Amino acid sequence: MKISRAEVEHVARLARLALQPEELDAMTGQMDAILGYVDKLNELDTEGIEPTAHAVPMENAFREDAVKPSIGVERAQQNAPETDGSCFKVPKVIE
Amino acid sequence: MQLDNLTISQLREKLASGETTSVELTKAFLARIAATDEKVNAFITVCEEEALAAAEAADQRIAAGNAAPLTGIPLAVKDIFNTIDVRTTCGSKILDNYVSPYDATAIAKLREQGAVIIGKLNMDEFAMGSSNENSAAGSVKNPWDLERVPGGSSGGSAASVAAGQALATLGTDTGGSIRQPASHCGVVGLKPTYGRVSRFGVIAYASSLDQVGPVARNVEDCATILGVVAGYDPADSTSVDTPVPDYLATIKDGVKGKKIGLPKEYFIEGLDADVKKAVDAAIETYKSLGAEIVEVSLPHTDYAVACYYLIATAEASSNLARYDGVRFGVRKDEGEGLIGMYQQTRAAGFGDEVKRRIMLGTYALSSGYYDAYYLKAQKVRTLIRQDFLDAFEQVDFMLAPVAPTPAFKIGEKTDDPLQMYLSDIFTIPLNLAGTCGLSLPCGTSSEGLPIGLQLFGKPFAEGEILQAAWAFESATDFGGKLAPL
Repeated sequence: MKISRAEVEHVARLARLALQPEELDAMTGQMDAILGYVDKLNELDTEGIEPTAHAVPMENAFREDAVKPSIGVERAQQNAPETDGSCFKVPKVIE
Repeated sequence: MQLDNLTISQLREKLASGETTSVELTKAFLARIAATDEKVNAFITVCEEEALAAAEAADQRIAAGNAAPLTGIPLAVKDIFNTIDVRTTCGSKILDNYVSPYDATAIAKLREQGAVIIGKLNMDEFAMGSSNENSAAGSVKNPWDLERVPGGSSGGSAASVAAGQALATLGTDTGGSIRQPASHCGVVGLKPTYGRVSRFGVIAYASSLDQVGPVARNVEDCATILGVVAGYDPADSTSVDTPVPDYLATIKDGVKGKKIGLPKEYFIEGLDADVKKAVDAAIETYKSLGAEIVEVSLPHTDYAVACYYLIATAEASSNLARYDGVRFGVRKDEGEGLIGMYQQTRAAGFGDEVKRRIMLGTYALSSGYYDAYYLKAQKVRTLIRQDFLDAFEQVDFMLAPVAPTPAFKIGEKTDDPLQMYLSDIFTIPLNLAGTCGLSLPCGTSSEGLPIGLQLFGKPFAEGEILQAAWAFESATDFGGKLAPL
């Protein structure tokens, strides 16, 4: 086994996904198969190989720190499930 | 009006001469959608009112004599593009109620030209899939055989063009999501070089791989649309500031004397016999057009799918963290606090494949596994990219199949994610290399299904593969047809 059900449960917590017991069972089998497959990367010796994060070599993209029009509060909030004034409202965080 | 074999530039002449109007054209496509989409399910949203208003404005612009290349041309776009004041779901329940507050740069560029956007196209949820079966809006059907998949994730983008519902469309390609559906639906699809087209306002899946590109019924239309949407955008720091060539100016230059590489790893056992026959015939066509064929090697091809499913899922797990029920999207809250709200919202809003990829990516990035999975995959990516650069030292471009088989049946691979992933074996390496590729029709299977041919170009050599594709298209008679519906 590449991954146990307990590990899958832990990853689901990290990913903020409330998975049902039967989903956890199915996910464990599927992730195990996929992780088994990706193990083939270990056939390759990558000692001393630089990782590629982006295919096009680029330096940092800088711009002038200039004030420009932005989307505005009304537009930014138009899809919000719940708002309060100019804020996004969420369930209580602090007891 | 017969729309089968018209190109955008021919239509532009008809619009300019008054032989037709944009309103008339737009109505014709809206009628075709109304008549066929119950079968194909290519559209998530049809923008009838907005399209007719844009068409009227385009007709006025044409009458005033300031038409641009796409003025009055009806197009449709994948539901991954933000389109102001239009619902944008990305094929997901979690964005069921999301109305874009702005336009993606590619959309803004189409609008500046006066293009008419007739609707938003169905897709695999968050562009994750190879069959368009992972959409909250239901599966898209292949117009050539309604029991088969159109390919994915830009299934709607390809199926709508084949069905005659749109003249051309925009899609996105992360691991083959433009080329594979174009191949399965018998249309032309182009994945530009990473950085060629701005991704500002395109809902992110895997940010180091995603790229925007056109799907059309012919090569020339792909070139026209790429010429409009390509270019540097200050709002996308990964877009590259190199000039956009005039793709139409060189498209008819032919392939005489060009060196075409055949990557031997793409001509393997297990390649469907009809696909092999069609691609072999295409090689002969290129020889007869004066190109020289040489064998090349991309030795790390066999590792690309494994590499991709670590990098893409890792990036997806990070990108999709934003769907938390706070600022937009559908919230589910059962009174278990903030974390509970996140967990319930995401569990209810995401489909199975999206959950699976978030889980894989989260695992690959998690403490203790990062080096073994994510970093390892990034190193293998270097080897895959180097394969392409080495091969391009020897040849002008490369030729390969797009998919190992023609379109498979709906439901055939849904129970086995790994088998589904392996159907992208010939398209994924190019995204990892970051260069450009194109799919165009090169034949039909014994069952009457379209087969596509893939061309790989050097970085930013879209002009060269468009030219090669145009030469093939002009010498043969495979594309440009509408599916009988």
